[in-house]
Amino acid sequence: MATLVVNGAERSFDGDEDMPLLWYLRDVAGLTGTKFGCGVAQCGACTVHLDGTAVRACVTPMTVALGATVTTIEGLSPDGNHPVQVAWRDLNVSQCGYCQPGQIMQAASLLKENPNPTDEDIDSTMSGNICRCGTYPRIRAAIKQASTGAQR
Amino acid sequence: MTDYKERAHVVANVSRRGFLAGAAAGSLVLAIGVPIEANAQENKFGADGMPNGWRDDPKIFVSISPDGLVTVTCHRQEMGQGVRTSIAMVVADELDADWSRVRVAQAQGNEARYGNQDTDGSRSLRHFFQPMRRVGASARTMLEQAAAAQWGVPVQEVRAREHAVLHERTGRRLDYGTLATAAASQPVPAREALKLKDPSAFRYIGKDRVGLIDNQDITTGKAVYGIDARADGMLYAVVARPPVFGGRVKSVDDADTLKVSGVVRVVQISPPDIPSEFQPLGGVAVVARNSWAAMQGREKLKIVWDDGPHASYSSDTYRAELEAAARKPAKVVRRQGDVDAAMAGAAKRVEAEYYIPHLAQSPMEPPAALVQIKDGKCEAWACVQAPQATRTRLAERLGLPEENVTVNVTLLGGGFGRKSKPDFVLEAGLISQAMGGTPVKVTWTREDDLHHGYYHTVSVERLEAGLDERGMPVAWLQRSAAPTIGSIFAPDPKHELPFELGMGLVNAPFDVPNVRMENPEAAAHTRIGWFRSVSNVPHAFAIQSFVAELAHAAGRDPKDYLLDLIGPARIIDPTEIGDAWNHGEDPKLYPIDTGRLRQVIETAAAGIGWGRDLPQGNGLGIAGHYSFVSYVAVAAEVRVDGNRLVIPRVDIAIDCGPRINPDRIRSQMEGAVIMGVGLATTSEISFKSGRVEQNNFDSYEVTRIDTAPREIHVHLVAAHDYGHPLGGVGEPGVPPVAPALANAVFAATGKRIRQLPIRDQFLA
Repeated sequence: MATLVVNGAERSFDGDEDMPLLWYLRDVAGLTGTKFGCGVAQCGACTVHLDGTAVRACVTPMTVALGATVTTIEGLSPDGNHPVQVAWRDLNVSQCGYCQPGQIMQAASLLKENPNPTDEDIDSTMSGNICRCGTYPRIRAAIKQASTGAQR
Repeated sequence: MTDYKERAHVVANVSRRGFLAGAAAGSLVLAIGVPIEANAQENKFGADGMPNGWRDDPKIFVSISPDGLVTVTCHRQEMGQGVRTSIAMVVADELDADWSRVRVAQAQGNEARYGNQDTDGSRSLRHFFQPMRRVGASARTMLEQAAAAQWGVPVQEVRAREHAVLHERTGRRLDYGTLATAAASQPVPAREALKLKDPSAFRYIGKDRVGLIDNQDITTGKAVYGIDARADGMLYAVVARPPVFGGRVKSVDDADTLKVSGVVRVVQISPPDIPSEFQPLGGVAVVARNSWAAMQGREKLKIVWDDGPHASYSSDTYRAELEAAARKPAKVVRRQGDVDAAMAGAAKRVEAEYYIPHLAQSPMEPPAALVQIKDGKCEAWACVQAPQATRTRLAERLGLPEENVTVNVTLLGGGFGRKSKPDFVLEAGLISQAMGGTPVKVTWTREDDLHHGYYHTVSVERLEAGLDERGMPVAWLQRSAAPTIGSIFAPDPKHELPFELGMGLVNAPFDVPNVRMENPEAAAHTRIGWFRSVSNVPHAFAIQSFVAELAHAAGRDPKDYLLDLIGPARIIDPTEIGDAWNHGEDPKLYPIDTGRLRQVIETAAAGIGWGRDLPQGNGLGIAGHYSFVSYVAVAAEVRVDGNRLVIPRVDIAIDCGPRINPDRIRSQMEGAVIMGVGLATTSEISFKSGRVEQNNFDSYEVTRIDTAPREIHVHLVAAHDYGHPLGGVGEPGVPPVAPALANAVFAATGKRIRQLPIRDQFLA
């Protein structure tokens, strides 16, 4: 039986391998922190890390996820204190909060690749993540705060 | 306790379990009080004018467990405006509670118990600030009474402070947890006898001291939205709905669907009667073991539709109909002076027509709900703005007594008016019923959300002004043509309702002697619904754009002209200018204060540096608008950069009366600017052959981080004392954004924008 590792735990899967990782995580594994927003990689609400890289779970079929290591918002840090999560709380970034797991996963990936992103870097990396409430100014500020924190 | 019930508490709020555990241990069981009758007086304004009014019984809203944990029940729905935090702040402040020991539980839908729960109209704090203060003060008083009784001292000698009651003379101190049980048997103080805090002693109200109550859950993925609700043995459904509003299934072949692995059953939902109100659109549901299988199964349905009476609805031709209607005399909705005579004698006449398309709220969480029926009892978990209407409609549609229907409200992943309509919950209820009560979660895809919504209306606004020699209007004629939200509640109404006309049309507070406003007929061919700030969007766009056009015609600075048009600071009774609705508020308590409108305009202008030198290709625009009894102005800077419209900076100023949670006022203004930028620049829902042409966020474009203003500066104007009535916050930031941007585009390029979205019109 095929397996994948989700947030450090190995899980087996014997369902439809065309199923997007998003629906496996939400419906099968019960990890609902990863959100459905569009289903076609237009909004970023479903962003998770696949072998350390940010991907859209809604268009990542299980064939790709099997054998890989997946990190979701629930597993980003053991205590919920990843610098990005801390900055998000410090600045009260969230409004409804629905897109924020995806934003946080994308931002964590950005900072891992680029510890000191410019505004343009933030624009280009975060522009795939829609927030309908309009928290972008605080997302930008929180990424910068987390970036500075990472340097300390 | 079954697993799904356990989950229900998780859905409602994790902290609720703590309260229940405390209750079982014999704590202050304040949550089982008897509702006080609504204080319905002769005047029917504010919360009194809402169904089921308000309640201020501490036994309904506060519980304290023996460990001292205070649980505040929030009866208003959280959709990003911060109400769970703000309501708890108010109660905690009057209760003198330690914020770190305060939790929030979400109320179920039950207005007889909690008072009005319709979370719309920017009124949660406006209507419930004072009742929630009384709730906190009552609970505090009961704790003080309990401590005084225990110590055998007069209650006047004790006082609550920092989660404990103190007797200073003897240095004794009892924690709230210790007092909880005894406090529960104290009488609830009479409303008149309550002593509210002096605002100078507020610790949380008006301060930025506390973070969002749901911060931890949201940032760790534990927050539960409607789409996240789970129950043991649940099935997942998606629905194929008629592609045209009013359509119905002619025939369906589900043979291939039933072959899809994981698909359990196909269930038909009957189409609604018209008007359809909150009823589902009907169609064919595919029920499966997971969402993906349900979606795959739906792809394989072969449905022949009868498109019904709206199959020819197309936005192009409908726009022409609205324009034709707006060019003829129509029903007068405000009349002041003699517009025709003044127009005839005017030195100059200016006219313009504006078009504002349908919009979809498109909250990031699409509509989704879980419903199960067991032993004649229905339980729903849903992201709804109106849980009582959800409960009532579920009971009716499922044929159950209302007391057998429980609506648990989850967090809402955005609402913006879409989730005021519980059609999606009814779908889940009907499918569950067809499945023998099995828990069924209905999830709408983004395509479903855009294709089957309750859309923001579509408008043509026609304005004509006669100007005197100084270029100021002596006559103002406006026709507002738009299908009404009333069309979902009544058969084929043709005119806007008072609440739509009162959203920035008839109550435009300008100093013009002759005014006539008309409302031509417009039929609805799709479901029209509330969209954040509703009819203020088209009215503000047209009026504030037109004012800038008049300024240009007069050769004047648009900001100075706008201020002159508003005229000197004065108090206007809205009923005297044709607005009997006044956002549901008492016109004596909430008159229009043009001085406040002037001040926000001047503040936004000063913020952006109005009049400063700008590089070639940049421009500034301004707009001010009164809505939801608050005053907001937006000043925007735009730059045309090749074929892109860039927004370097927006200043937004709001006067919303006294401030409860300033950080959430700022965040609502930031969000309003960003939503406003989207509807101004890119968003449009259009119809062809009765069908919506947009499918997903690739074609229904909303603001992204790279198209948002790089800087947004929020100005909170005029701190009023807490005796002053509160204004709304969630919606009034939106209306002035689009006209400010359009006016800025004109300043930058000379191109006047008369239809939204702007897209690349500035290139023409």
